Amino acid sequence: MLEIKDLYASIHESPILNGINLKINSGEVHAIMGPNGSGKSTLSKVIAGHPDYSVTQGVIEYEVNFKKINLLELEPEERAREGIFLAFQYPVEIPGVSSSVFLRAAFNEICKHQGAEEMDPLEFDEYLRKKMKLLDMDEKFINRPVNVDFSGGEKKRNEILQMAILNPRFAVLDETDSGLDIDSMRIVADGVNKLKSKKNAILLITHYQRLLNYIVPDFVHILVNGKIVKSAGKELALKVEEKGYDWLS
Amino acid sequence: MVKPIQENELVNREYKYGFVTDIEVEPFPKGLSEKVIKMISEKKSEPDFMLEWRLKAYRHWKTLKEPKWPNFKYGPIDYQAISYYSAPKKKTNLKSLDEVDKELLNTFERLGIPLTEQKRLTGVAVDAVFDSVSVGTTHQGELAKAGVIFCSMSEAISHHPELIKKYLGSVVPHSDNFFAALNSAVFSDGSFCYIPKGVRCPLELSTYFRINAADSGQFERTLIIAEDDSYVSYLEGCTAPSRDQNQLHAAVVELVAMNNAEIKYSTVQNWYSGDKNGNGGIYNFVTKRGKCIGTNSKISWTQVEAGAAITWKYPSVILQGDNSVGKFYSVALTNNRMQADTGTKMIHIGKNTKSTIVSKGISTDYSNNNYRGLVKIMPTAHGARNFSQCDSMLVGNNCSANTFPYIEVKNSSAVLEHEASTSKISAEQMFYLRSRGLDLEGAVSLIINGFCKEVFKELPLEFSVEAIKLLEMKLEGSVG
Repeated sequence: MLEIKDLYASIHESPILNGINLKINSGEVHAIMGPNGSGKSTLSKVIAGHPDYSVTQGVIEYEVNFKKINLLELEPEERAREGIFLAFQYPVEIPGVSSSVFLRAAFNEICKHQGAEEMDPLEFDEYLRKKMKLLDMDEKFINRPVNVDFSGGEKKRNEILQMAILNPRFAVLDETDSGLDIDSMRIVADGVNKLKSKKNAILLITHYQRLLNYIVPDFVHILVNGKIVKSAGKELALKVEEKGYDWLS
Repeated sequence: MVKPIQENELVNREYKYGFVTDIEVEPFPKGLSEKVIKMISEKKSEPDFMLEWRLKAYRHWKTLKEPKWPNFKYGPIDYQAISYYSAPKKKTNLKSLDEVDKELLNTFERLGIPLTEQKRLTGVAVDAVFDSVSVGTTHQGELAKAGVIFCSMSEAISHHPELIKKYLGSVVPHSDNFFAALNSAVFSDGSFCYIPKGVRCPLELSTYFRINAADSGQFERTLIIAEDDSYVSYLEGCTAPSRDQNQLHAAVVELVAMNNAEIKYSTVQNWYSGDKNGNGGIYNFVTKRGKCIGTNSKISWTQVEAGAAITWKYPSVILQGDNSVGKFYSVALTNNRMQADTGTKMIHIGKNTKSTIVSKGISTDYSNNNYRGLVKIMPTAHGARNFSQCDSMLVGNNCSANTFPYIEVKNSSAVLEHEASTSKISAEQMFYLRSRGLDLEGAVSLIINGFCKEVFKELPLEFSVEAIKLLEMKLEGSVG
């Protein structure tokens, strides 16, 4: 579904990613682990198209309707409409904009692009409430401004709610576990597991092995200094938890 | 004739009303003197009392100085370089609006204000003011059936002199300020509305102001009187051609609300605001004030200020009747090098009077956006209440926003609340929204709508849609 080939990226001229190669198929869950500053978040932002990062080399091939396109040539909103989703490590507050208005606007943009029927506010309200149950979210959330005065846990849950609503084909979860207590993590992980299917794929970015007990990856990759230094099955995460990253670099 | 849109006008998409109508006019020589004022009064065949009124204002104006306290930078205005009257030559005694000069009808149609019988807007009566004169008012017959008078100020002066004598200058006297004095001396037209006792005006009333002539100023006056138990909703819109020179617009609006009467006054102001470097644009110096004379009367001002190189206006309410209510809802957007110093005054005199102020300022590019407001509680205003909220939003790093709230309380039973905030549209917000599938425009519109929604919901529906589009167009290119 998605293949990253020889990807180099930098921010303000300092190189962060130094030749990433990664292939992800439909139905797979991949995890990327690595020490602070290894480039994990940069990778997620480059996939989503953050304008501050410049790609100096490489491509990200993404399959749409049996055709391969280079994701890097698309604007962030075009990527989203093609089914790319990033759950932010630090979700952004949008004062004055109610969550339901925002979510419906985003949902309808994606529907429009994919040729599906847009939803009116009433239909969407019903759809939204159903998805909120999945993540055990409070009703009050609907009319609150996006992420404003949300607790850390609520913000992360809101990211996964957006994923549930937009139903992406390829989702990157950037440290979705950080700042979550154990109960919230379980709820979030349950939600993600329910959204997982043969038709989509998930890339988890995490510091800790903890999350991987709940969302079990098919592959684990270790990122050090902007390069994947080791890839293996889920057991690699346990090994890293035990030994740290030093033995890998 | 109305010139076809030139290619360079398309490039400057921000202002689609910048065209000029090529029409024969009767211009006045430039400059201001008692002689010019007499000419204006004569031109309009005014009764003697009006000429006296004008001259008194003019003599007072000569003793005044232009106010220097607003937070503006602009060169001196040469009041002798302005033509104080410019009107399209017209056929006499028009029987219906369909007989109005085709070029004028085309102009207003292009501005989205069709005036002829077949095309005119349903549900909205329009008075169309072109430079110094009203070219026509729609739906007059329908309104007359309800007893509502809606006509140009000139018509009102000749047909309803008793109302004019009683109310003109009763809310904004000629001595009020420099620009009000100037307006009182030279005003050429404007709209007049009278809603009799117990009548709920069956249509939205509206006036569309168009400046067309170069080197001329526009000085109009609007007077709305709502008798006991009546209701009226009124809306004004304004545009002008894109020109390199600044043009002066100094208007006065007076509202009078009797017992249990309600006046809703909305403005969508889109004067030409000058180019990217601050050349040209309208200097908009306006005095707007309403007087809640009766008990339980209500006046609300809603304004969307998106144009003009300089905006100086403080739509105010004098809350004289007990339990009267004043409201002010404002969105002021400045871009390029625009400067706005705008806000309101709420003067509480009667018992249990209430006022609400919601001001939203959006500044982008190199513009300067100021809220200036006064809440004054007089000793008689027992139990007065005010709530004020002033929010500013900055887009980019070169603009500025200021808030100057003044509060004077002379009655200890009054309760006042003031909230203020400043926020910024950040690149991270834009990326967040775009990563969810919204394009740049959609993302900006979502944020602006959210920021301004309390004000937009006060506008009549069709105008609120128009106002949102106007802001989006202005912000295009400023964000991202």
